[in-house]
Amino acid sequence: MKYNTMTRILISACLFLLVASSHAENLLMARTKQTFPEAMSVLQETIHSMGYKVSRVQRIDIGLTSSGFATDKYRVVFFSTEKDMHFISKNYPHLIPYMPWKISIFAEEQDTLLVTANPMSFSNQKYPGADKFLSKLKADVEKILDILRNSE
Amino acid sequence: MSLKYYFVISTFLLSAISPLYASDKNGEKLYSTHCSACHGANGHGGVGVPLALPDFQYGVTNDYLEKSIRLGRPGRIMPAFTNLADDEVKAIIKHIRTWAPGRPFKYSNKTINGNIKNGATLYARKCAACHGANGEGGKGTGVTFSRPRNLPIIAPALNNPGFLASAPDMMIKTVLMNGREGTPMLSYLKQGLSEQDIDDVVTYVRSFENQEPVNAQPEKEVTPLISFESPNSLEETVANIKKAVEGKNFRIIRQQYLNEGLVEAGKENKKQVIIYFCNFSFLYRALAIDPRVGLFLPCRITAIEENGKVTVTSTNPLYMSRFFNNKNLDRLCEEMHEVYAEIVEEASF
Repeated sequence: MKYNTMTRILISACLFLLVASSHAENLLMARTKQTFPEAMSVLQETIHSMGYKVSRVQRIDIGLTSSGFATDKYRVVFFSTEKDMHFISKNYPHLIPYMPWKISIFAEEQDTLLVTANPMSFSNQKYPGADKFLSKLKADVEKILDILRNSE
Repeated sequence: MSLKYYFVISTFLLSAISPLYASDKNGEKLYSTHCSACHGANGHGGVGVPLALPDFQYGVTNDYLEKSIRLGRPGRIMPAFTNLADDEVKAIIKHIRTWAPGRPFKYSNKTINGNIKNGATLYARKCAACHGANGEGGKGTGVTFSRPRNLPIIAPALNNPGFLASAPDMMIKTVLMNGREGTPMLSYLKQGLSEQDIDDVVTYVRSFENQEPVNAQPEKEVTPLISFESPNSLEETVANIKKAVEGKNFRIIRQQYLNEGLVEAGKENKKQVIIYFCNFSFLYRALAIDPRVGLFLPCRITAIEENGKVTVTSTNPLYMSRFFNNKNLDRLCEEMHEVYAEIVEEASF
């Protein structure tokens, strides 16, 4: 087989793998049957177990309530690693406003919902090198959500 | 290599990778992964409509469900699941059907040709209050913490191309005739309409297909960031950001360094500053439209000094808004985009 033929086959393979792996979901979501405090605790433990650090928890519900609005429990959990923040700052500053990464967590009656963006939605042709970072983050976030989804 | 040879190899590659995606055919698991966050673990609804309602289950065909999954509801939160394999969609539907055993209605593909003028009059009188004057549907997302829980469903958008492509005329007619128990949708036969009147309403609803589609406007190029270079020092720029934020009636919640909480206290990079701020009235409005807006929260502007240059940056709400497939949220994000752009610009003077 000529070199050109091999190249075309490889390009075809890459194209199809790309199409097949391009999930349209820009939001990654999970529902857990755990109550909000339990889910919040599992979320933070899971984030730690994946090698990340929770840098802050924003209590959205507290701000709303103190301003006179009725709401159920609602938090935003920020997490990352020192290494990742340094790496992003140095190499891909266009991602800084989206870091540390965040997962929204809120109560829906007895269940708890978790929502985060799909990191690959920030993939940019100008910075192909960032895809490796975003792809790992996506895999980790999906794993975190999966653990929450399956926790009783 | 000829085009034919290229096509054959490509087809072979496609068939070779498809089992990767068809390997997991467990409907319950697929439902849990793709649907339960919105529709509830047992289909009782939430951000999405309650799929487990017996009247809904008997009133919709598998074809309706399949098309709804495939096409979604453009601009109305339900995304189009184009990435699922056919057998995965079928497995999800099979799982959904376990909540109300029994046979769903079967509809003929008969087209109803009623009196569109009478249909429009009746629609305005009987349907518009819930479904909107032009079939745009109720506002909000369904049963969530952000609204009272006495309504299990938000009136569907009858003009939505996803709905119109999924629902045959006879299905719309049946819902109008029988109503939908467990929702505010009444039987309009019992409400005094004749079968001919109902045919006229169906004909009018079908005419929504001639409206301009929800996503008819070509998508504008939207960047993920709003960014300006500041001529001032980092300290002056941060002070300007705060002033601009307060000038827009937002409250400063917190100022911190970018890597704060991730590094030992005192070792933060002091040249990367985040200002968090909020307007709770605005936030409450946003949560009523879509409870998932936590992804935008809290509002944030980042100021960074690098090599003597100070840059002021924020996320672009218009970029993030697209993730939600929620037309009402898009409007709010346009407002928010203006606010961000003005703050970033003012802080960079």
